Amino acid sequence: MLTLTVSLYHYLILSAILFGIGLFGVLAKRNAIAVLICIELMLNAININLLAFNKYMTPGDFIGQIFAIFVITVAAAEVGVGLAIIIAIYRNKLSVNLDDFDWLKW
Amino acid sequence: MIMGFLNSISYVAAAFHTLAAVVVISALLVVFVRNIVHSVLWLAVCFVSLAGVFLTLNADFIAAVQVMVYAGAVCIMVVFGIMLIRRRDMGETNLFNGQTVAAAGVTALVIMLSGFLSFKVGSVTSPAPVPADTVGNIATLLLSKYVIPFEVAALLLLVALVGAVFLAKEVKADADSDS
Amino acid sequence: MVEFAMHNAWLVPLLPALSFVIIIFLTKPWPKLSGLVTVAGMVLACAVASFAAYGVFTNHAIAEKPLVYATRWFSMPGLHIDVGVQLDPTSAMMMFMVTLVASLIFIYATGYMKGDPGYSVFFSYLSLFGSSMLLLVISSNLLQMFVAWELVGLCSYLLIGFYTHKISAREAAKKAFVTCRVADFGLLLGILSLQIVFGTLNLTELAEKINHFEQYTTMGMMTLIAVLVFIGPIGKSGQFPLHVWLPDAMEGPTPVSALIHAATMVVAGVYLVGRMIFMFDKVPTAMELVAVTGAFTALFAASIAITQNEIKRILAYSTVSQLGYMMLALGVGSLTASMFHLWTHAFFKALMFLGAGSVLHALHHKADVWEMGGLLKKMPITGYTFMAGCLAIAGIPPFAGFWSKDEILLAVFDSGHYVLFTMAALTAFMTAFYMWRLFFLAFMGDEKPENHPHESPWNMTMPLVVLAILAAVGGLVGTPVNNMWAQWIYFGHPHEGHVNWLIMIGSVVLGFAGIYLAYTLYVADKTKARAHAMAEKYKFFHNLSYNKYYIDEIYLWFNHTIVDGSAKLFYLFDIYVVDGIIINGIAAFTRLSGEGLRITQTGRLQNYALVFFLGVLALAVALAFTETSAAFGLVTGGAK
Repeated sequence: MLTLTVSLYHYLILSAILFGIGLFGVLAKRNAIAVLICIELMLNAININLLAFNKYMTPGDFIGQIFAIFVITVAAAEVGVGLAIIIAIYRNKLSVNLDDFDWLKW
Repeated sequence: MIMGFLNSISYVAAAFHTLAAVVVISALLVVFVRNIVHSVLWLAVCFVSLAGVFLTLNADFIAAVQVMVYAGAVCIMVVFGIMLIRRRDMGETNLFNGQTVAAAGVTALVIMLSGFLSFKVGSVTSPAPVPADTVGNIATLLLSKYVIPFEVAALLLLVALVGAVFLAKEVKADADSDS
Repeated sequence: MVEFAMHNAWLVPLLPALSFVIIIFLTKPWPKLSGLVTVAGMVLACAVASFAAYGVFTNHAIAEKPLVYATRWFSMPGLHIDVGVQLDPTSAMMMFMVTLVASLIFIYATGYMKGDPGYSVFFSYLSLFGSSMLLLVISSNLLQMFVAWELVGLCSYLLIGFYTHKISAREAAKKAFVTCRVADFGLLLGILSLQIVFGTLNLTELAEKINHFEQYTTMGMMTLIAVLVFIGPIGKSGQFPLHVWLPDAMEGPTPVSALIHAATMVVAGVYLVGRMIFMFDKVPTAMELVAVTGAFTALFAASIAITQNEIKRILAYSTVSQLGYMMLALGVGSLTASMFHLWTHAFFKALMFLGAGSVLHALHHKADVWEMGGLLKKMPITGYTFMAGCLAIAGIPPFAGFWSKDEILLAVFDSGHYVLFTMAALTAFMTAFYMWRLFFLAFMGDEKPENHPHESPWNMTMPLVVLAILAAVGGLVGTPVNNMWAQWIYFGHPHEGHVNWLIMIGSVVLGFAGIYLAYTLYVADKTKARAHAMAEKYKFFHNLSYNKYYIDEIYLWFNHTIVDGSAKLFYLFDIYVVDGIIINGIAAFTRLSGEGLRITQTGRLQNYALVFFLGVLALAVALAFTETSAAFGLVTGGAK
């Protein structure tokens, strides 16, 4: 009979899958805002890892949880600045299509 | 019979697997739907179910923060962003670019590698339960041991705020002609 | 005075060097003064050399133990080079002979070169040559000798090509220089090997060490060194097969031919072998090589000289032939005979070249002997002195050549080389024939009406007379009756003077036979019909001889096909492989790879992220699956 269990590696695999989905979005999406969203997915995958390790490795120290708080903080700041940059670019280029942005070439 | 089934599984494990399925599906939808607004909605779903996952990890404070910051603030902000750069038709706003196949390959490799390594870790049982009073402990630590990173994070938020305002500010026409 | 000269023999090369410097920096605009400076420098050197020679030849201890004055030139670990003066009978004789002949020729040149636009330059070169030659003669070590050796080669080049407006002169100068350079390379290798094996280049020390060379090296190595050293003289002294430059060198002014290419420089090779005789003596193979080369060259050059028509060319082949004689004498181990012939040859060959120069001067450089004739009446001094030279070279007693040639034939016979002896005797006959053929054609017979010869001025005839006297009596120092020469210049033990009447009378008979044959063909027979008939009858041999056995053509063919062919191959290799594949290939590869890599620079952030993650993957794999890595424990399930 199938027994449902949960352990550290379940969380890690979930994290890996979520990270992969986010990565795919970052690499393959054309819309800059979609890329920003996918970065949030990746950051959340990291958070899963941090909390899982916190529970299974160092339950009493709360290092993982505190680290997760910082990640969330930084993510919030990143979304804010990132959106501001996208809006600024949009004003100049009238596009949020990353294919149109090849300034690094020059 | 149903009692037997319930006895045979732990509720936590059942909750985790359900939530994990929701997280993965909603994340896939975030990536694959063609309308950017729908993507953001699925993102919110994903974030909320992730908060549930966090609960199974005895991180109730983080789960609360997750809901407030991500599902609330971040999603709203992104929607505002979309509104500011809105086009007439939202139907085809979230498409793939030319390197989709290569990206899929790399992604598959990343998932396989990290999945394999994660699987190798095996079953680790927690040496001790996480203390029930998470908020109190985190608060103590943040304001004692981790007070400097805490303050730096606060500063970062301030900088990000100012920076975002500055970047997103409308450029004046006369300033444009000046430069 | 004698003491002073002996202890200051370094003045001998220095005085001409001073004249060179004075002419170049001071007196160049005044030709007459330049000539005077040159002559004065050499005459002074001659005076010093005479006193020094007198000192040497009155002190028998020096014959046993040379007088060496040397100072350290430079020194580094394992290499100490001295520079110095070595006085022994051989070098004293050579020094005296060179200064004497050079003085006479310099005086002659003041008349011969009169009115030439390059007068001063010519005399500066002559001085430089005199200085270099004397430096070579008195060197106490091989490196110093080699420096002087190259210097005389340079002077030879400058003087052969002195008439720079003549293409043939320029070509001849180049030919001489290149041919000698080929030979000098062998000599240089030989000298280096000596330094490596024996650790010294000083002649006296080398002589001691080579005396028991078994302590230092093997017989095979010794043979190699001796052969390498001998290559230098082969080139410088015009031995077969590197003799080709010497006849062409006659493009230079006649005093140069007389001084450099007859009397002094070309005997430097013989002199070097003579100096190193202590080494050759230890190596029988090398001795045989020297002897065979000498004998063959003597016969070979004589057979060419028979059919040549240009007066200086005949003399040039005669010189090659006589140098072969000297080599032959060395090869059979007789330093005495070789140096004796060197001594007498210097006088009569210089005399004949100067006489030829006088004739050319009178006939405005018409060189073909068939177009001369009857010159004896118009130019009595030139004619009779020339005759003295011809008598000397033909070996008619009591002229100088008789004694020295007899000495050589005797030495060859005594050493038991009967084949070489026959060759030498045949050469003696041919020598008499072609020299008198030249004399009869040029000075006897009918006068040609188109020629208006006149006797040369006193400064040209005076040296002729002096040299004629020397050619007549110069051999008396080495007569078998009272062989003073052998008392002084010898290797090993003094040469026992004995008389082999068969050889002596035989060589005289051969000389007269040659003269008689020439007389019947070219004087008695007014029309020269028999001579032409003989040339016609033995057309094959005549052509062979007249065209110098096609040696030049063979070299030319070799150069054109083998050297140029391989050069062409290398050219193609250069064009297609070096330029084509390597250089252009690298350029094309760089360009193409640049173009290829440019594609990767899309400027799109997502491309970069993709590659970035590929890199991260590779790094993660490397870390996870490397045994030394900390992450490896994860993969092996913590079993590490």
